[in-house]
Amino acid sequence: MSTPSPLHEVHAALGASFTDFAGWNMPVRYSSELAEHRAVREAAGLFDLSHMGEIEITGLEAAQVLEYALIGKLSAVKVGRARYSMLCAEDGGVLDDLVTYRLGEERYLVVANAANVGVVASALIERAEKFDAVVTDRSTEYALIAVQGPKSADIVRAVSDADLESLRYYASMPATVNGIDLLLARTGYTGEDGFELYCAPEQSQQVWRTLAAAGEPHGLLPAGLACRDTLRLEAGMPLYGHELSAQLTPFDAGFDRLVKFEKGGDFVGRAALAERAKQQPSRVLVGLTGTGRRAPRAGYAVLGPDGATEIGEITSGALSPTLGYPIAMAYVSAECREPGTSLHVDVRGKALPVEVVALPFYQRS
Amino acid sequence: MDIPEHLKYTEEHEWLSLDGDVATVGVTDFAQDSLGDIVFVELPDQGSEISAGEPCGELESTKSVSELYAPVTGEVVAVNEDIRDTPELVNSDPYGEGWLFRVRVGELPELLDAADYAETIKE
Repeated sequence: MSTPSPLHEVHAALGASFTDFAGWNMPVRYSSELAEHRAVREAAGLFDLSHMGEIEITGLEAAQVLEYALIGKLSAVKVGRARYSMLCAEDGGVLDDLVTYRLGEERYLVVANAANVGVVASALIERAEKFDAVVTDRSTEYALIAVQGPKSADIVRAVSDADLESLRYYASMPATVNGIDLLLARTGYTGEDGFELYCAPEQSQQVWRTLAAAGEPHGLLPAGLACRDTLRLEAGMPLYGHELSAQLTPFDAGFDRLVKFEKGGDFVGRAALAERAKQQPSRVLVGLTGTGRRAPRAGYAVLGPDGATEIGEITSGALSPTLGYPIAMAYVSAECREPGTSLHVDVRGKALPVEVVALPFYQRS
Repeated sequence: MDIPEHLKYTEEHEWLSLDGDVATVGVTDFAQDSLGDIVFVELPDQGSEISAGEPCGELESTKSVSELYAPVTGEVVAVNEDIRDTPELVNSDPYGEGWLFRVRVGELPELLDAADYAETIKE
Protein backbone atom coordinates (compact mmCIF):
# COMPACT_ATOMS: atom_id res chain seq x y z
CA MET A 1 0.00 0.00 0.00
CA SER A 2 1.33 3.40 -0.91
CA THR A 3 1.25 6.27 1.57
CA PRO A 4 -1.35 8.95 0.98
CA SER A 5 -0.27 12.58 1.19
CA PRO A 6 -1.68 14.64 4.08
CA LEU A 7 -3.42 16.56 1.29
CA HIS A 8 -5.04 13.48 -0.23
CA GLU A 9 -8.63 14.52 0.51
CA VAL A 10 -8.07 17.90 -1.11
CA HIS A 11 -6.74 16.24 -4.27
CA ALA A 12 -9.57 13.71 -4.37
CA ALA A 13 -12.12 16.53 -4.05
CA LEU A 14 -10.42 18.28 -6.98
CA GLY A 15 -10.83 15.13 -9.09
CA ALA A 16 -7.12 14.33 -9.32
CA SER A 17 -5.74 11.22 -11.00
CA PHE A 18 -3.25 9.56 -8.71
CA THR A 19 -0.03 7.68 -9.31
CA ASP A 20 2.28 5.65 -7.13
CA PHE A 21 5.54 7.50 -6.78
CA ALA A 22 8.31 6.14 -4.56
CA GLY A 23 5.80 4.53 -2.23
CA TRP A 24 3.51 7.55 -2.16
CA ASN A 25 0.11 7.98 -3.74
CA MET A 26 0.39 11.41 -5.34
CA PRO A 27 -1.64 13.46 -7.85
CA VAL A 28 -0.31 12.98 -11.37
CA ARG A 29 -2.75 15.50 -12.88
CA TYR A 30 -6.02 17.20 -12.01
CA SER A 31 -7.49 17.75 -15.45
CA SER A 32 -4.93 18.31 -18.19
CA GLU A 33 -1.18 18.24 -17.58
CA LEU A 34 -0.68 20.53 -20.57
CA ALA A 35 -3.00 23.15 -19.06
CA GLU A 36 -1.22 22.77 -15.72
CA HIS A 37 2.16 23.14 -17.41
CA ARG A 38 0.98 26.27 -19.20
CA ALA A 39 -0.42 27.71 -15.97
CA VAL A 40 3.00 27.41 -14.31
CA ARG A 41 4.73 29.11 -17.25
CA GLU A 42 2.16 31.89 -17.61
CA ALA A 43 0.54 32.32 -14.18
CA ALA A 44 1.10 29.83 -11.36
CA GLY A 45 0.71 26.22 -10.33
CA LEU A 46 0.12 24.72 -6.89
CA PHE A 47 1.96 21.47 -6.17
CA ASP A 48 1.85 18.94 -3.35
CA LEU A 49 5.41 17.70 -2.82
CA SER A 50 4.84 16.07 0.54
CA HIS A 51 6.58 12.94 -0.71
CA MET A 52 9.93 14.72 -0.50
CA GLY A 53 12.04 13.89 2.56
CA GLU A 54 13.27 16.39 5.15
CA ILE A 55 16.28 15.53 7.26
CA GLU A 56 17.50 17.89 9.96
CA ILE A 57 21.09 18.25 11.13
CA THR A 58 21.59 20.17 14.37
CA GLY A 59 24.48 20.72 16.72
CA LEU A 60 27.77 22.47 17.17
CA GLU A 61 29.31 20.63 14.21
CA ALA A 62 26.27 20.51 11.94
CA ALA A 63 28.18 22.41 9.24
CA GLN A 64 31.15 20.02 9.47
CA VAL A 65 28.84 17.03 9.08
CA LEU A 66 27.58 18.38 5.77
CA GLU A 67 31.07 19.40 4.63
CA TYR A 68 32.08 15.76 5.11
CA ALA A 69 28.86 14.16 3.89
CA LEU A 70 28.14 16.21 0.73
CA ILE A 71 30.33 17.31 -2.17
CA GLY A 72 29.55 21.02 -1.68
CA LYS A 73 30.88 23.63 0.71
CA LEU A 74 27.87 23.81 2.99
CA SER A 75 29.70 25.68 5.76
CA ALA A 76 29.85 28.67 3.41
CA VAL A 77 26.07 28.86 3.12
CA LYS A 78 24.76 31.81 5.12
CA VAL A 79 21.90 31.38 7.55
CA GLY A 80 18.70 31.83 5.56
CA ARG A 81 20.21 30.69 2.28
CA ALA A 82 20.00 27.37 0.46
CA ARG A 83 22.35 25.35 -1.73
CA TYR A 84 21.94 22.62 -4.34
CA SER A 85 24.39 19.77 -3.76
CA MET A 86 24.84 16.03 -3.98
CA LEU A 87 25.44 13.09 -1.69
CA CYS A 88 28.01 10.73 -3.20
CA ALA A 89 29.24 7.25 -2.32
CA GLU A 90 32.93 6.50 -1.66
CA ASP A 91 33.30 5.61 -5.35
CA GLY A 92 31.93 9.01 -6.40
CA GLY A 93 28.53 7.68 -7.55
CA VAL A 94 25.61 10.00 -6.88
CA LEU A 95 23.29 8.73 -4.12
CA ASP A 96 20.97 11.73 -4.31
CA ASP A 97 20.77 15.36 -5.34
CA LEU A 98 19.58 17.63 -2.56
CA VAL A 99 18.60 21.12 -1.60
CA THR A 100 19.98 22.10 1.80
CA TYR A 101 18.60 25.05 3.74
CA ARG A 102 20.69 26.63 6.48
CA LEU A 103 18.12 27.52 9.12
CA GLY A 104 20.56 28.57 11.83
CA GLU A 105 24.26 28.60 12.66
CA GLU A 106 23.88 25.06 13.94
CA ARG A 107 20.81 23.89 12.05
CA TYR A 108 20.34 22.66 8.48
CA LEU A 109 17.44 21.04 6.67
CA VAL A 110 18.34 18.64 3.86
CA VAL A 111 15.57 17.91 1.36
CA ALA A 112 15.90 14.53 -0.36
CA ASN A 113 14.07 12.85 -3.22
CA ALA A 114 11.26 10.61 -2.00
CA ALA A 115 12.86 7.44 -3.35
CA ASN A 116 16.15 8.20 -1.60
CA VAL A 117 15.06 9.41 1.86
CA GLY A 118 16.13 6.16 3.53
CA VAL A 119 19.53 6.13 1.81
CA VAL A 120 20.16 9.81 2.54
CA ALA A 121 19.06 9.61 6.18
CA SER A 122 21.18 6.57 6.96
CA ALA A 123 24.20 7.97 5.09
CA LEU A 124 23.96 11.25 6.99
CA ILE A 125 23.54 9.46 10.33
CA GLU A 126 26.59 7.31 9.59
CA ARG A 127 28.67 10.22 8.33
CA ALA A 128 27.76 12.31 11.40
CA GLU A 129 29.10 9.73 13.86
CA LYS A 130 32.46 11.42 14.41
CA PHE A 131 30.88 14.83 14.86
CA ASP A 132 29.05 16.70 17.58
CA ALA A 133 25.73 16.84 15.75
CA VAL A 134 22.41 15.03 15.55
CA VAL A 135 20.73 13.84 12.33
CA THR A 136 16.96 13.40 12.48
CA ASP A 137 14.67 12.26 9.69
CA ARG A 138 11.75 14.68 10.03
CA SER A 139 9.99 13.65 6.80
CA THR A 140 6.74 12.73 8.53
CA GLU A 141 6.66 16.10 10.33
CA TYR A 142 6.54 18.14 7.13
CA ALA A 143 4.09 18.58 4.32
CA LEU A 144 5.52 20.46 1.35
CA ILE A 145 3.47 22.72 -0.91
CA ALA A 146 4.99 24.61 -3.84
CA VAL A 147 3.64 27.66 -5.65
CA GLN A 148 5.52 28.11 -8.91
CA GLY A 149 5.17 30.55 -11.76
CA PRO A 150 5.42 34.25 -12.60
CA LYS A 151 2.41 35.09 -10.42
CA SER A 152 3.65 33.11 -7.42
CA ALA A 153 5.12 36.14 -5.60
CA ASP A 154 1.83 38.04 -5.92
CA ILE A 155 -0.05 35.04 -4.54
CA VAL A 156 2.28 34.41 -1.59
CA ARG A 157 2.40 38.13 -0.80
CA ALA A 158 -1.39 38.21 -0.56
CA VAL A 159 -1.54 35.55 2.15
CA SER A 160 1.70 35.95 4.04
CA ASP A 161 3.36 38.43 6.36
CA ALA A 162 6.73 37.71 4.75
CA ASP A 163 8.80 40.47 3.18
CA LEU A 164 9.31 38.87 -0.21
CA GLU A 165 11.60 41.64 -1.44
CA SER A 166 14.20 40.40 1.03
CA LEU A 167 13.66 36.74 0.15
CA ARG A 168 16.00 36.05 -2.74
CA TYR A 169 16.12 32.96 -4.96
CA TYR A 170 17.58 30.03 -2.99
CA ALA A 171 16.75 31.59 0.36
CA SER A 172 14.25 30.76 3.11
CA MET A 173 12.64 32.44 6.10
CA PRO A 174 10.16 31.57 8.82
CA ALA A 175 6.79 33.04 7.86
CA THR A 176 3.09 32.73 8.54
CA VAL A 177 0.37 32.03 6.00
CA ASN A 178 -3.12 32.69 7.28
CA GLY A 179 -1.72 32.59 10.80
CA ILE A 180 0.03 29.24 10.30
CA ASP A 181 3.75 29.09 11.03
CA LEU A 182 5.84 27.55 8.28
CA LEU A 183 9.16 27.71 6.48
CA LEU A 184 8.90 29.76 3.31
CA ALA A 185 11.60 29.08 0.72
CA ARG A 186 12.16 30.65 -2.68
CA THR A 187 13.16 27.47 -4.46
CA GLY A 188 11.67 25.15 -7.04
CA TYR A 189 12.04 22.67 -9.84
CA THR A 190 10.17 24.30 -12.70
CA GLY A 191 12.45 26.97 -14.15
CA GLU A 192 10.14 29.71 -12.87
CA ASP A 193 10.20 31.99 -9.87
CA GLY A 194 8.45 30.16 -7.07
CA PHE A 195 8.11 29.22 -3.46
CA GLU A 196 8.15 26.04 -1.42
CA LEU A 197 6.28 26.02 1.88
CA TYR A 198 7.23 23.49 4.55
CA CYS A 199 4.45 23.14 7.10
CA ALA A 200 2.95 20.72 9.60
CA PRO A 201 0.95 17.96 7.85
CA GLU A 202 -2.15 18.68 9.95
CA GLN A 203 -2.14 22.30 8.79
CA SER A 204 -1.30 21.61 5.17
CA GLN A 205 -4.90 21.49 3.93
CA GLN A 206 -5.51 24.95 5.30
CA VAL A 207 -2.31 26.29 3.72
CA TRP A 208 -3.27 24.69 0.38
CA ARG A 209 -6.79 26.15 0.45
CA THR A 210 -5.48 29.59 1.36
CA LEU A 211 -3.02 29.58 -1.54
CA ALA A 212 -5.57 28.12 -3.96
CA ALA A 213 -8.08 30.83 -3.11
CA ALA A 214 -5.51 33.62 -3.36
CA GLY A 215 -4.22 32.21 -6.62
CA GLU A 216 -7.51 31.73 -8.39
CA PRO A 217 -7.86 35.32 -9.66
CA HIS A 218 -4.27 35.04 -10.96
CA GLY A 219 -4.99 31.91 -12.99
CA LEU A 220 -3.34 29.47 -10.58
CA LEU A 221 -4.13 25.80 -11.17
CA PRO A 222 -3.43 22.81 -8.97
CA ALA A 223 -0.62 20.97 -10.75
CA GLY A 224 0.40 17.32 -10.64
CA LEU A 225 3.59 15.34 -11.02
CA ALA A 226 3.12 14.90 -14.79
CA CYS A 227 3.64 18.59 -15.50
CA ARG A 228 6.33 18.83 -12.83
CA ASP A 229 8.36 16.44 -14.98
CA THR A 230 7.89 18.33 -18.26
CA LEU A 231 8.59 21.65 -16.49
CA ARG A 232 11.88 20.45 -15.01
CA LEU A 233 12.87 18.85 -18.31
CA GLU A 234 12.36 22.12 -20.19
CA ALA A 235 14.45 23.83 -17.51
CA GLY A 236 17.21 21.24 -18.08
CA MET A 237 17.10 20.04 -14.49
CA PRO A 238 18.15 16.47 -13.73
CA LEU A 239 15.83 13.89 -12.19
CA TYR A 240 17.39 11.25 -9.96
CA GLY A 241 16.99 7.81 -11.53
CA HIS A 242 17.12 9.37 -15.00
CA GLU A 243 20.04 11.80 -15.39
CA LEU A 244 21.62 10.90 -12.04
CA SER A 245 22.36 7.53 -10.47
CA ALA A 246 24.82 5.68 -8.24
CA GLN A 247 26.58 4.52 -11.43
CA LEU A 248 27.31 8.10 -12.48
CA THR A 249 29.46 10.78 -10.89
CA PRO A 250 28.63 14.50 -10.79
CA PHE A 251 31.23 14.93 -13.57
CA ASP A 252 29.35 12.61 -15.92
CA ALA A 253 26.24 14.74 -15.46
CA GLY A 254 28.15 17.98 -16.02
CA PHE A 255 27.99 19.12 -12.41
CA ASP A 256 31.74 19.69 -12.03
CA ARG A 257 31.00 23.03 -10.37
CA LEU A 258 29.27 21.31 -7.45
CA VAL A 259 32.37 19.34 -6.42
CA LYS A 260 34.27 21.63 -4.05
CA PHE A 261 37.75 20.13 -3.78
CA GLU A 262 38.95 23.45 -2.40
CA LYS A 263 37.01 22.99 0.84
CA GLY A 264 39.29 21.96 3.68
CA GLY A 265 39.25 18.41 4.96
CA ASP A 266 38.05 15.13 3.64
CA PHE A 267 34.62 14.37 2.26
CA VAL A 268 33.03 11.10 1.23
CA GLY A 269 33.96 10.35 -2.36
CA ARG A 270 36.83 12.85 -2.49
CA ALA A 271 39.56 10.45 -3.60
CA ALA A 272 37.44 8.81 -6.29
CA LEU A 273 36.14 12.14 -7.57
CA ALA A 274 39.65 13.67 -7.63
CA GLU A 275 40.76 10.76 -9.78
CA ARG A 276 37.66 11.11 -11.93
CA ALA A 277 38.21 14.86 -12.39
CA LYS A 278 41.47 14.14 -14.23
CA GLN A 279 39.83 11.94 -16.84
CA GLN A 280 37.68 12.89 -19.75
CA PRO A 281 34.28 11.25 -19.35
CA SER A 282 33.48 8.84 -22.18
CA ARG A 283 29.80 9.80 -22.11
CA VAL A 284 28.36 13.17 -21.23
CA LEU A 285 24.90 14.53 -20.60
CA VAL A 286 23.53 16.68 -23.44
CA GLY A 287 20.29 18.24 -24.55
CA LEU A 288 18.64 17.13 -27.80
CA THR A 289 15.86 18.71 -29.83
CA GLY A 290 13.88 17.15 -32.63
CA THR A 291 11.17 18.09 -35.08
CA GLY A 292 7.62 16.93 -35.48
CA ARG A 293 5.62 15.67 -32.52
CA ARG A 294 7.27 12.36 -31.70
CA ALA A 295 9.40 12.50 -28.60
CA PRO A 296 12.42 10.41 -27.68
CA ARG A 297 11.72 8.60 -24.40
CA ALA A 298 13.90 7.37 -21.55
CA GLY A 299 15.83 4.27 -22.61
CA TYR A 300 15.75 4.88 -26.37
CA ALA A 301 19.08 4.50 -28.16
CA VAL A 302 20.85 7.56 -29.54
CA LEU A 303 22.46 6.91 -32.91
CA GLY A 304 25.40 8.71 -34.49
CA PRO A 305 25.30 11.00 -37.53
CA ASP A 306 25.14 7.86 -39.72
CA GLY A 307 21.80 6.93 -38.15
CA ALA A 308 23.04 3.42 -37.32
CA THR A 309 25.84 3.36 -34.73
CA GLU A 310 24.63 3.48 -31.15
CA ILE A 311 26.41 6.28 -29.31
CA GLY A 312 24.19 6.93 -26.31
CA GLU A 313 20.89 6.66 -24.51
CA ILE A 314 17.97 8.96 -23.77
CA THR A 315 17.41 9.64 -20.05
CA SER A 316 14.28 11.85 -20.30
CA GLY A 317 12.22 13.11 -23.20
CA ALA A 318 8.90 14.69 -24.05
CA LEU A 319 7.16 16.85 -26.58
CA SER A 320 7.89 20.21 -24.96
CA PRO A 321 4.56 21.83 -24.07
CA THR A 322 6.11 25.31 -24.10
CA LEU A 323 8.30 25.00 -27.18
CA GLY A 324 6.11 22.69 -29.24
CA TYR A 325 8.91 20.40 -30.40
CA PRO A 326 10.48 17.26 -28.91
CA ILE A 327 13.19 17.75 -26.29
CA ALA A 328 15.31 15.19 -24.49
CA MET A 329 18.33 14.71 -22.31
CA ALA A 330 20.75 11.92 -23.15
CA TYR A 331 24.14 10.49 -22.32
CA VAL A 332 26.16 10.47 -25.54
CA SER A 333 29.77 9.80 -26.53
CA ALA A 334 31.89 12.79 -25.59
CA GLU A 335 32.89 13.43 -29.22
CA CYS A 336 29.22 14.09 -30.05
CA ARG A 337 28.69 16.66 -27.29
CA GLU A 338 29.07 19.88 -29.32
CA PRO A 339 25.86 21.88 -29.80
CA GLY A 340 24.83 21.70 -33.43
CA THR A 341 25.90 18.07 -33.86
CA SER A 342 23.33 16.11 -35.87
CA LEU A 343 22.39 12.78 -34.33
CA HIS A 344 19.46 10.36 -34.48
CA VAL A 345 17.21 8.66 -31.98
CA ASP A 346 15.84 5.19 -32.50
CA VAL A 347 12.16 5.86 -31.90
CA ARG A 348 10.69 2.38 -31.96
CA GLY A 349 12.59 1.31 -35.04
CA LYS A 350 12.66 4.63 -36.88
CA ALA A 351 15.79 6.80 -36.84
CA LEU A 352 14.52 10.31 -36.17
CA PRO A 353 16.95 13.23 -36.60
CA VAL A 354 17.85 15.27 -33.53
CA GLU A 355 20.34 18.02 -32.81
CA VAL A 356 22.57 18.55 -29.79
CA VAL A 357 21.73 21.80 -28.01
CA ALA A 358 22.97 23.60 -24.92
CA LEU A 359 20.83 23.22 -21.79
CA PRO A 360 18.43 24.50 -20.62
CA PHE A 361 15.81 24.26 -23.37
CA TYR A 362 13.74 26.94 -21.70
CA GLN A 363 14.79 29.92 -19.62
CA ARG A 364 12.37 32.41 -18.12
CA SER A 365 12.70 35.91 -19.48
CA MET B 1 -16.57 7.66 -16.57
CA ASP B 2 -18.62 7.87 -19.73
CA ILE B 3 -19.42 4.48 -21.34
CA PRO B 4 -22.15 4.95 -23.98
CA GLU B 5 -24.67 2.09 -24.05
CA HIS B 6 -24.89 1.82 -27.83
CA LEU B 7 -21.19 1.05 -28.44
CA LYS B 8 -19.16 -2.16 -28.32
CA TYR B 9 -15.87 -2.37 -26.43
CA THR B 10 -12.61 -4.31 -26.17
CA GLU B 11 -10.46 -5.09 -23.16
CA GLU B 12 -7.82 -2.86 -24.75
CA HIS B 13 -10.09 0.12 -24.04
CA GLU B 14 -11.29 0.71 -27.57
CA TRP B 15 -14.84 1.32 -28.65
CA LEU B 16 -16.53 0.29 -31.91
CA SER B 17 -19.59 1.69 -33.56
CA LEU B 18 -20.97 -0.69 -36.17
CA ASP B 19 -22.72 0.53 -39.28
CA GLY B 20 -23.33 -2.47 -41.56
CA ASP B 21 -19.91 -4.05 -42.05
CA VAL B 22 -17.97 -0.87 -41.27
CA ALA B 23 -16.82 -0.21 -37.71
CA THR B 24 -15.71 3.19 -36.47
CA VAL B 25 -12.98 2.76 -33.84
CA GLY B 26 -11.77 5.01 -31.05
CA VAL B 27 -10.45 4.79 -27.52
CA THR B 28 -12.67 5.03 -24.46
CA ASP B 29 -13.08 7.87 -22.02
CA PHE B 30 -11.30 5.69 -19.44
CA ALA B 31 -8.36 5.21 -21.82
CA GLN B 32 -7.94 8.90 -22.61
CA ASP B 33 -8.26 9.79 -18.94
CA SER B 34 -5.60 7.23 -17.97
CA LEU B 35 -3.21 8.30 -20.72
CA GLY B 36 -3.43 12.02 -20.04
CA ASP B 37 -3.06 14.64 -22.72
CA ILE B 38 -2.59 12.96 -26.11
CA VAL B 39 0.07 14.78 -28.14
CA PHE B 40 0.64 12.42 -31.05
CA VAL B 41 -1.39 9.73 -32.77
CA GLU B 42 -0.09 7.31 -35.37
CA LEU B 43 -2.87 5.64 -37.31
CA PRO B 44 -2.83 2.73 -39.74
CA ASP B 45 -2.72 3.73 -43.41
CA GLN B 46 -5.95 3.94 -45.29
CA GLY B 47 -6.30 0.79 -47.39
CA SER B 48 -4.08 -1.30 -45.11
CA GLU B 49 -5.17 -4.58 -43.56
CA ILE B 50 -5.19 -4.84 -39.80
CA SER B 51 -5.45 -8.00 -37.70
CA ALA B 52 -7.40 -8.28 -34.47
CA GLY B 53 -5.12 -8.09 -31.45
CA GLU B 54 -2.10 -6.82 -33.41
CA PRO B 55 -0.63 -3.34 -32.90
CA CYS B 56 -1.82 -0.99 -35.66
CA GLY B 57 -0.80 2.43 -34.33
CA GLU B 58 0.32 4.43 -31.35
CA LEU B 59 -1.02 6.96 -28.92
CA GLU B 60 1.53 9.24 -27.31
CA SER B 61 0.77 11.33 -24.27
CA THR B 62 3.18 13.71 -22.58
CA LYS B 63 4.25 10.88 -20.29
CA SER B 64 3.96 7.68 -22.24
CA VAL B 65 3.59 5.79 -25.50
CA SER B 66 0.81 3.23 -25.87
CA GLU B 67 0.22 0.82 -28.68
CA LEU B 68 -3.08 0.91 -30.41
CA TYR B 69 -4.35 -2.64 -30.93
CA ALA B 70 -6.59 -3.53 -33.83
CA PRO B 71 -9.92 -4.51 -32.30
CA VAL B 72 -10.99 -6.45 -35.38
CA THR B 73 -9.53 -7.86 -38.60
CA GLY B 74 -10.26 -5.99 -41.79
CA GLU B 75 -9.36 -3.24 -44.24
CA VAL B 76 -8.95 0.34 -43.04
CA VAL B 77 -11.36 2.39 -45.17
CA ALA B 78 -10.95 5.79 -43.49
CA VAL B 79 -8.72 7.51 -40.94
CA ASN B 80 -9.47 10.64 -38.95
CA GLU B 81 -7.10 13.17 -40.54
CA ASP B 82 -8.12 15.86 -38.03
CA ILE B 83 -6.41 14.17 -35.12
CA ARG B 84 -2.99 14.32 -36.79
CA ASP B 85 -2.93 18.05 -36.10
CA THR B 86 -5.28 18.12 -33.14
CA PRO B 87 -4.63 14.92 -31.20
CA GLU B 88 -6.28 16.53 -28.16
CA LEU B 89 -9.63 15.66 -29.79
CA VAL B 90 -9.05 12.19 -28.36
CA ASN B 91 -9.19 13.75 -24.88
CA SER B 92 -11.96 16.26 -25.43
CA ASP B 93 -14.37 14.07 -27.41
CA PRO B 94 -13.23 10.41 -27.36
CA TYR B 95 -16.54 9.05 -28.68
CA GLY B 96 -17.11 11.78 -31.25
CA GLU B 97 -14.56 13.97 -33.04
CA GLY B 98 -11.77 11.95 -31.46
CA TRP B 99 -12.58 8.79 -33.46
CA LEU B 100 -9.48 7.14 -34.94
CA PHE B 101 -10.28 5.07 -38.02
CA ARG B 102 -12.96 3.04 -39.84
CA VAL B 103 -12.44 -0.57 -40.75
CA ARG B 104 -14.44 -2.93 -43.01
CA VAL B 105 -14.98 -5.92 -40.80
CA GLY B 106 -14.85 -9.46 -42.09
CA GLU B 107 -15.62 -11.68 -39.17
CA LEU B 108 -16.65 -9.92 -36.00
CA PRO B 109 -14.84 -11.19 -32.90
CA GLU B 110 -16.54 -11.32 -29.53
CA LEU B 111 -16.86 -7.79 -28.16
CA LEU B 112 -17.93 -6.39 -24.81
CA ASP B 113 -21.12 -4.46 -24.25
CA ALA B 114 -21.13 -1.35 -22.07
CA ALA B 115 -21.94 -3.22 -18.86
CA ASP B 116 -19.18 -5.81 -19.44
CA TYR B 117 -16.69 -3.07 -20.21
CA ALA B 118 -17.67 -1.17 -17.07
CA GLU B 119 -16.84 -4.35 -15.12
CA THR B 120 -13.35 -4.58 -16.63
CA ILE B 121 -12.37 -1.06 -15.61
CA LYS B 122 -13.57 -1.42 -12.04
CA GLU B 123 -10.60 -1.34 -9.72
